Amino acid sequence: MTTGVTAAANTELRDRVRRALRSQKQRTVTVLSSLLAVQHDLKYIPEVAIEETANHIKGSTINDVWSVASFYTNFRFTPPGEHTVEVCWGPSCHIRGAQKILKTVQQELGLDREGETTDGKFTLAYNTCLGACAQAPVIAIDHHHFGRCTPESAVALVREAGSKPAAAH
Amino acid sequence: MTAQYEELRARAETRWKELTAGSLPWVRVGGGVSGEAAGADAATAAINQALARLGKRANVTRVGMLGLCYAEPLVDIMLPGGDRVFYANVTPQRAREIVETHIGNGVPEASLALAQVTAEGSQGVPGVPRLDDIPAMRRQVRIATRNCGHIDPRSLLQYVASGGYAALDKALSGMTPAQVLDEVKNSGLRGRGGAAFPTGVKWGFLAGSKAPVKYVLCNCEEGDPGAFNDKGILESDPHTLLEGLILAGYATGASNGVIFIRQGHEEPIEASRRAVQDAYDAGLLGKNILGSSFSYDVEVALTGDSYVAGEETALMEAIEGKRSMPRYRPPFPAQAGLWQKPSNINNVKTLAYAPQIVAKGGAWFKGIGTQTSAGTAILCITGDVQRPGLYEVPMGLTIREVLNDVAGGPLTGKRMKVLQTGGPLGGVLGESSFDVQIDFDAMSKAGAILGSGGIIVGSEDVSVVDLTRNLVAFNQFESCGKCFPCRLGTTHMLEVLERICMNGARAGDQELMERVGQSMKIGSLCGHGQLGYNPILSAFKFFADEFDASIKEHRGAVGAFADGSMIVPSRTRP
Repeated sequence: MTTGVTAAANTELRDRVRRALRSQKQRTVTVLSSLLAVQHDLKYIPEVAIEETANHIKGSTINDVWSVASFYTNFRFTPPGEHTVEVCWGPSCHIRGAQKILKTVQQELGLDREGETTDGKFTLAYNTCLGACAQAPVIAIDHHHFGRCTPESAVALVREAGSKPAAAH
Repeated sequence: MTAQYEELRARAETRWKELTAGSLPWVRVGGGVSGEAAGADAATAAINQALARLGKRANVTRVGMLGLCYAEPLVDIMLPGGDRVFYANVTPQRAREIVETHIGNGVPEASLALAQVTAEGSQGVPGVPRLDDIPAMRRQVRIATRNCGHIDPRSLLQYVASGGYAALDKALSGMTPAQVLDEVKNSGLRGRGGAAFPTGVKWGFLAGSKAPVKYVLCNCEEGDPGAFNDKGILESDPHTLLEGLILAGYATGASNGVIFIRQGHEEPIEASRRAVQDAYDAGLLGKNILGSSFSYDVEVALTGDSYVAGEETALMEAIEGKRSMPRYRPPFPAQAGLWQKPSNINNVKTLAYAPQIVAKGGAWFKGIGTQTSAGTAILCITGDVQRPGLYEVPMGLTIREVLNDVAGGPLTGKRMKVLQTGGPLGGVLGESSFDVQIDFDAMSKAGAILGSGGIIVGSEDVSVVDLTRNLVAFNQFESCGKCFPCRLGTTHMLEVLERICMNGARAGDQELMERVGQSMKIGSLCGHGQLGYNPILSAFKFFADEFDASIKEHRGAVGAFADGSMIVPSRTRP
């Protein structure tokens, strides 16, 4: 029975990957654009997506696709938590106190590095620059930016996000 | 004027009249990523609620960023045909107040107003300064950012009503490609991506090629932490960039343009995509643009997260869907670039000047700025200053003038000790460099780099050793790994800087970093490795005392290491 369920789940996953690959409307479709489309829709790159992308892009191999997927730091290979918290560590934010925010957010989530909380509720990611440097220090929760953060306000925002349902996939 | 443009212009003016002098007030909320981070969503919601409670209607528009980030959320209200009044730091509470007074009672709330743009023939609101007169605006000359914060980035018609696409119309109806190229050459425009190469000369390389498929690439990778001017222009006024990209295509005889943006920056990506689509629909892209014989296609391409993707040949690799690692040169992009076709790469800011240069003439642009650096500098000033923001100032002001007059100087009770300019491969500068003129040549002579235009200010509370470590941590994280002197060198330098920060310096650490930096400079293919030692070198030069205190005298851990809160966010590519 278990294998039956797994097989069905795999087929469903493969279908989602294929739909994501076919959803690309732009003129130029490449290995990179395909991986971005998959991660956009599925929030991660499952292993079947590597194979499917190699099939989708003429002339590319599984090795070519892995090479690209493992290079860009935005790609991830496991599903993220329900909510994603990004803390910026760029120099503008660093000067304005990003380290303290990073530390309190880690404590709040019970993490000592990037990754998922054990309950799967949160993903913590460090970001090199969220692009709102004039509002430093900045964090982003589910891709919404919050500036002029203090350790207290950052923790409050994380708690507020945790009380809401998962970000729309 | 082409018939097509005349028709477009007429539609745009009708729409503009409805917005500014129709029956409804026009409320503009400053958006962009900076506005969002400051709370523009909450301000917008509060405005809409207040309107609903009053039973009033208004056009509420999310515009881009005016650049006065310190004043965000920034909201302005204009009653039909009335003065446009700006309100700063609009909390939900303040949003309700200004809507009730300004729209409900029909009287601007002068006590809360930051500035105003008076309607024609109006005396204005008493006691409220004009927008151009407030300190953050007074010294600005806004060319590439002229529409930012004023128009809806989603509206082609608002861009056209503000004079948009007039330069393209002028070029296509009365100028040869060579004449457009000459205007750009005569303007003295130099590339704003960092290298400061004369744009007209660069375009000339591509114009000289007779290949049927040629590319103009617009680089908005903008991975420099502390810089958001490229993304700011795209999210606030994407058509200015697009018009510049089309003009570049016309001047160089290119067949295709590509706007290249890092994934994840949704506002500039969405704004660009929409602008391109709307331009196609209006006959400003595609076959026979505005009825001329010129045809040109543009698409938006995304890269994954990789700083090196901003290097011109790495950028082409990324568009082709590969790892963004720099290529060997020759062949140069002008001979064999994207898909091995002749290509030309320009920064967003560079292209964004082109419409005004073509509209007003190269001589006009050359008259702004300094002898060798024409035009303006588009600066992102962040860190320990009163008024962080995005400012466009004429070249030739000193750094100090910009920091004090425009950005409001140091935080209360503090002094400005250190500047970080030109991105993480740029410089760490001390006070003696504050009087350098903002000008490509004056700055590079002083060992400073204008680069992408980011200026991060640190007060005396900032440890320069720790700041340098932060920059090198970025450079280590972002090395693409192709050249081992860069891949290993950045890692080694970070290791050394970390131990210096933790009060564990070893004798000879400074010399060790010098040797590693030298190897990186000689042995790396692109600027990432070649310039990777720059921040350390300049920090040594300006802050020898601080390094001596850490390296020679072991006077304790510094920065976030000192209070034990340091979290080292280093990670290497798999």
